[in-house]
Amino acid sequence: MITEATKQRFAREVAKYPPEQKQSAVMACLSIVQQEQGWVSQESEAVIAEVLGMPQIAVHEVTTFYNMYNQQPVGKFKLNVCTNLPCQLRGGYEALHHLEAKLGIQMGETTADGLFTLQQCECLGACADAPVMLVNDRNMCSFMDGEKLDQLVDGLKATEGKA
Amino acid sequence: MTTAAQILSQFQATGVQTCFHDRHINAQIYADLNGRNWSIKDYEARGGYAALRKILGADGGEGMTQDQVIATVKESGLRGRGGAGFPTGLKWSFMPRQFPGQKHLVCNSDEGEPGTCKDRDILMYNPHIVIEGMIIGAYAMGISLGYNYIHGEIFQVYERFEAALEEARAAGYLGDKILGSGFSFQLHAHHGFGAYICGEETALLESLEGKKGQPRFKPPFPASFGLYGKPTTINNTETFAAVPWIIRNGGQAYLECGKPNNGGTKIFSVSGDVERPGNYEIPLGTPFAKLLELAGGVRKGRQLKAVIPGGSSSPVLPAHIMMDCTMDYDSISKAGSMLGSGALIVMDDSRDMVESLLRLSYFYQHESCGQCTPCREGTGWLWRVVDRIQHGQGRPEDIELLDSVAFNIMGRTICALGDAAAMPVRAMIKHFRHEFEAKIQAATKASAA
Repeated sequence: MITEATKQRFAREVAKYPPEQKQSAVMACLSIVQQEQGWVSQESEAVIAEVLGMPQIAVHEVTTFYNMYNQQPVGKFKLNVCTNLPCQLRGGYEALHHLEAKLGIQMGETTADGLFTLQQCECLGACADAPVMLVNDRNMCSFMDGEKLDQLVDGLKATEGKA
Repeated sequence: MTTAAQILSQFQATGVQTCFHDRHINAQIYADLNGRNWSIKDYEARGGYAALRKILGADGGEGMTQDQVIATVKESGLRGRGGAGFPTGLKWSFMPRQFPGQKHLVCNSDEGEPGTCKDRDILMYNPHIVIEGMIIGAYAMGISLGYNYIHGEIFQVYERFEAALEEARAAGYLGDKILGSGFSFQLHAHHGFGAYICGEETALLESLEGKKGQPRFKPPFPASFGLYGKPTTINNTETFAAVPWIIRNGGQAYLECGKPNNGGTKIFSVSGDVERPGNYEIPLGTPFAKLLELAGGVRKGRQLKAVIPGGSSSPVLPAHIMMDCTMDYDSISKAGSMLGSGALIVMDDSRDMVESLLRLSYFYQHESCGQCTPCREGTGWLWRVVDRIQHGQGRPEDIELLDSVAFNIMGRTICALGDAAAMPVRAMIKHFRHEFEAKIQAATKASAA
């Protein structure tokens, strides 16, 4: 369900581009939907296609091409840990394995309570802050050693009353 | 009650380690930043927007013509900071200024080359310097519409840039009839969402048009067929950020900061095995040994083994070659690599080069857009062969196989990603062949036993 408030957010993105180039706003609209609903469903793609005047399949092509769009529902907190070379040299895999042990899941999986999804990801562009992790697409977390990872996970659990 | 946003904000970068330190040399872009002084008032207090006022003659004076601006940038020796190092003034002169229709200016802030994190700090802590540089470029090339394409993973930076754009519009630096002149320029921010390939300029244009980011065949070049099929100039964030200083101080002064053919300061992102990873803005031509010293030296007192000097795509250089280099386009190129984006990935003597290459090869096969067969198939092949060498399954013919696959990718694809995947493989084999051979010999012995 895409609300009027969401459509107003779409409109602010569409206004950046020439009137005949509304399709340019597709990436922003998809990321707005993902922020509000946690993932991009085919129903959402259909609404965006209509708003932007483009074929639904062209919207789907964008969803499936870019790594960060969730094509299925994910946990409430999606944790993307960078393991690319600069992070690898400074504990990126240790961070990933630390979270696997702490959450009791393997990378790519979601915890049974639906709170956390853990993923390995490619370069986040913050290499001097290694190891780095991105939470829910929009929150970069820097210098994530084991202690900080524990603080983050425990803190997020507490906000959900599951400490 | 603590919210999730409050929890997450505790882990946000502060810039202290990477940008606000006293280990820059003659900084221009990062000068006097502290994380709190990013807004327009602070930027103006640092002399910001004076270059724009100068060219428009906003404070009296004659102003500068389009030709004068381009000539000044040419004189400065400024070369593209995104990776290719193409002379910026020359690129600007390619723009068909008399073209009657819409022309576009695009800033490439899709910073995803592993090792590179300089543009992030510019946009977060000094966003107006990029806005001013873009306005000056737009003026010089007669462009009225521009976009800054920002890496989707740095969403907080995108939001910061949007806030800065609002300030610049309110102050009359962006919009119609800028500072009362006849020149108008609209500028907007656009974010990616996780695709390394969109750092390639034509893939970026496709993405900006709302499509999957698959590179276009060149020619035609963006200067004649760019965004929405119209003439377009694309420069890197740091390139635009260098422009206001050049206009204020003159092309000659900028050139003198660096060395001939390598004008100005450059920001180097230093990551990996150093004591103080971070961004370092120093004059081009500074010895590598000095940069390593600024970054605190090799971690834990270890010895330097190798450096990837210009982002993950650039060929690795062993320590003894690197220690003789100066940090500029010509010196690194002469040594057999590329200055690229200026991202140095430093590796100490404990590092396993096959393991390092394995992670890079995984990255390139993951990020190949799939359009050209040699890259789509070849990057996967490279990764699988390196993977089996690393995991005790290597075969005697594998080194030649890797070299042959890499050779057959290079120069046979639409964009440079294929070369970017192949070059690290060939360089690792060239300089560290014995490490590959040792693993393969161990595997052969084990299977014979």
